[in-house]
Amino acid sequence: MNEFIFFINIVVISGAVIGSIYALGAIGVTLIFGILRFAHFAHADMMTLGTFLVLVLTALFPAVGPAIGLPTAFVMMPLAMAATAVIAIGIDKAFYKPLRENNVKPVVMVMASVGVTLMLQGLIRFFAGTGSQSLFVDDRKAIFRIDLPFESASRAIVVTEPQILLFLFLAVAVVSLHLFLNKSRLGKAMRAMSDNPDLARVSGINTNTVVGVTWIIAGALACAAGTLLSLDVTLKPDLSFMILLPIFAAAIVGGVGHPYGALAGGFVVGFAETLAVFNWAFLLRPLEQALPWLDLPNNLAFVPTEYKITIPFFILVAILIWRPTGIFKGKVI
Amino acid sequence: MALIETNSIYAGYGGMNILNGVNMSIEQDEIGVIVGPNGAGKSTTLKAIFGLLNVNEGNITLRGEDITNLSPDKLVHKGMGFVPQEYNVFTSLSVEENLEMGAFIRKDDFGYMLERVYSFFPDLKDKRKQPAGELSGGQRQMVAMGRALMVEPSLLLLDEPTAGLSPLYMNEIFDRIVAVNESGVGVLMVEQNAKQALRIAHKGFVLAAGQNRYTDTGENLLNDPEVAKSFLGG
Repeated sequence: MNEFIFFINIVVISGAVIGSIYALGAIGVTLIFGILRFAHFAHADMMTLGTFLVLVLTALFPAVGPAIGLPTAFVMMPLAMAATAVIAIGIDKAFYKPLRENNVKPVVMVMASVGVTLMLQGLIRFFAGTGSQSLFVDDRKAIFRIDLPFESASRAIVVTEPQILLFLFLAVAVVSLHLFLNKSRLGKAMRAMSDNPDLARVSGINTNTVVGVTWIIAGALACAAGTLLSLDVTLKPDLSFMILLPIFAAAIVGGVGHPYGALAGGFVVGFAETLAVFNWAFLLRPLEQALPWLDLPNNLAFVPTEYKITIPFFILVAILIWRPTGIFKGKVI
Repeated sequence: MALIETNSIYAGYGGMNILNGVNMSIEQDEIGVIVGPNGAGKSTTLKAIFGLLNVNEGNITLRGEDITNLSPDKLVHKGMGFVPQEYNVFTSLSVEENLEMGAFIRKDDFGYMLERVYSFFPDLKDKRKQPAGELSGGQRQMVAMGRALMVEPSLLLLDEPTAGLSPLYMNEIFDRIVAVNESGVGVLMVEQNAKQALRIAHKGFVLAAGQNRYTDTGENLLNDPEVAKSFLGG
């Protein structure tokens, strides 16, 4: 029983946490690709930037959280999401729009986004240094232990408050995005422009507004993803940059340009990572007593933990070879 | 005053002219049909009118107002609808969402216009929730025309509306175009199926090498032995 609880803690909960983060990032990446037709490599550093905005707000108003009973950083997150959305529009106006208006090739846009990423990394390190920070300035992380009503279960399922907030936020974000894309005029225009930009233009759809809305959604979700990840672990300037590859893997696995695909892809990549680094010997050990001939090695993980990053890379290569359109038949990059 | 008029326009991609002085004009209650051999500049004329490529010389007027080189979205606001020949529906959007996108610039309640489009194209009403990409070629063409009609344009530009359709659907589409025209929408269209198209045309324009070759009523062009021999396949 304890082995099973260990499996839930290490694989199911961790996978769901990292999968949710990947999903939030990948939805933004996929929306930007759908509307603007380029891979936005600066997305991860937009996450970090948003998270540092949360840190600043949290340090300024540390008493807000305890008064409400939530982590202060989470209370400040909506403000930072709005600010990040504004910054994202600003970045678009300053760096991407001039290129777009000159009808450059998509690869030029990609290079520009690499430039933006380097710029953001430099700015963040300039103001915040390179060390790790905690988003819990004046409050502490609440940890819940759920004991299972079995005699053989001495361990508890462990889940932290930020993790629960992450799952709730993802659910709310996905439902709102679904309603926006399918019920609102602008949301439908976003789908239309992603489907056929030329026809959108001759239909009289205001493509500049659609582009703006795309940055607002992508920027806000990036800020939320970075903040919720940093609440779970610690905030470092390179935290989000390290998950850029898995996020792109998630977007491509799900089918580029497809928000639900990005959601599914996030969880596929997240669970694949945790399943691959899990030591299966733990789970199989009870079998050893039943089957005397079975001799388990100490470590039965597919991939050592420090090589975790190879998993999304492998998934990315595999999907590009065998199913380049992804699960939901997205666009071929 | 003519609904749309082009005065010897020269237009093309970049500096190269494909059109070398095209003149045409139609009235509000008319259907104008542009025919001619491949490469004559038929579609180019339509695109030049709708601001999709540069007009280098000459001018285009909509009810007397100069609209030369205005961008497509401005022309939609001025009451023009354009149906491209290919990729003319949002394939992943439902039929009704396609029509709603046509009405994007409208801030008023356009529900009555949806009903009117469904009355022009009854086939579409049953399929309103279906993705447009799943429809047949003829039905897609109807969705595309319906989308352009949602702004209640005074002028509808159609680029080869019957291209690739079976003869049965071709006649159906021509019937619908006549019905749309009779409801008060001026129509200017490019057609490969020249004979059938000239039959419903009030005015026909035969282009060759980017210039007007013959300009007359549809009926006169059909009965002109010269035109029949050179352009309508005898």
